[in-house]
Amino acid sequence: MSDDVKALSAELARDPQSLVFLRLGELLRQRGQRDAAHRVALTGLERHPHLADAHDLYARILSDKQDYERAFDEWDMTLRIAPAHVGALKGLAFLYFKVGDLSQAEAHLRAARQVAPDDEGVAQALASLEASRGSSGAHPAPVVPAGPTEHLEESRVFAGLEGAEEGLVLLDGAGRVLGGALRNPAGEPVTDAVAAYLAGVSQEAARTARLLGLGNWDGLSAEGVGGHVHLAQPTAESLLLVVRDRSVPLGRLAVLADRATEAARRWLERQA
Amino acid sequence: MTGTGFERALDSVTRVRGVRGAMLVAGDDGLVVAEQLMEGIKGTAVAALAASLSSRLKRAMDAGGVGPGIFWHLQCEQGALLVVPAASGVLVVAVTDPDVNVGLVRLELKRAAETVG
Repeated sequence: MSDDVKALSAELARDPQSLVFLRLGELLRQRGQRDAAHRVALTGLERHPHLADAHDLYARILSDKQDYERAFDEWDMTLRIAPAHVGALKGLAFLYFKVGDLSQAEAHLRAARQVAPDDEGVAQALASLEASRGSSGAHPAPVVPAGPTEHLEESRVFAGLEGAEEGLVLLDGAGRVLGGALRNPAGEPVTDAVAAYLAGVSQEAARTARLLGLGNWDGLSAEGVGGHVHLAQPTAESLLLVVRDRSVPLGRLAVLADRATEAARRWLERQA
Repeated sequence: MTGTGFERALDSVTRVRGVRGAMLVAGDDGLVVAEQLMEGIKGTAVAALAASLSSRLKRAMDAGGVGPGIFWHLQCEQGALLVVPAASGVLVVAVTDPDVNVGLVRLELKRAAETVG
């Protein structure tokens, strides 16, 4: 272990609430110690869930690990907390660039340049982007390799709902799948089995809320030993389930579910 | 555990501001084990519904590979129902106002569940 890492680790051990985890996590990340960086960032995030820099650090680590969907969520969360966060604007620009959405990439880079006009990284990225546009015409082809694109497409479709491959499923009132899919931690498809039970859960939730005089139910969050789930009703005739592992706190899952619910509602209106 | 022990376990939950009532429910048959509810809340109905919802949710979570539930929270327009299953299968249940501190209720429910065993 290097002296820097040792010193920062010792400082963090002395004061676990310290923000030194940001420097330690970044240092480990730069040295390619991704798992250690991941642990440091996640622990820091649990202690400082409203700190934009903590989400940004975690997003960079996730991006290094090619977990682009979560990196996108983390940078998105960073911007919700700090709308002018340059790191998050650059990060999202990078992810958009990777899937070939050059307009969004450019919009994020221009926003970053407004906040940090002297940032050379932003200037270089904008120059590269313009070069890409110049070389491939008005509708450039996506520039990413197949694997990550697939992940990001899921993330983007998550916002629009069609085609999500894991962690999200939209059902009709009878428990039939309208979009999305679920996999268990072993990677096996479990959509149909879960769907079969969810209609019953929804009916029971509605009955419980009504009989207790609590009005309509808005959402049902559950914490399991191996993950977290959130169930919502985009419309009276549909159900949306979002599943994440335990690294995503229940509160954040509810935020993700709110966004997915809106997307599902729009999607359902378009289908009508 | 004695009736007094159950009451003490529920006391810590009902002391949280915004909690309208708490109860212990037998998870397998939905019968009331102990209750401290505000007037107007039907204990037997809450118990039966909480047990039924818990059982259905458990099946869905098992099917999804998320494992056994350790806490769930039904959010409604005018309040919420929060549940923590104890190791014995007894459900520790709270009925709350909509603006309750969910984190605090969750903590007290978990403590009560540990006490109940």
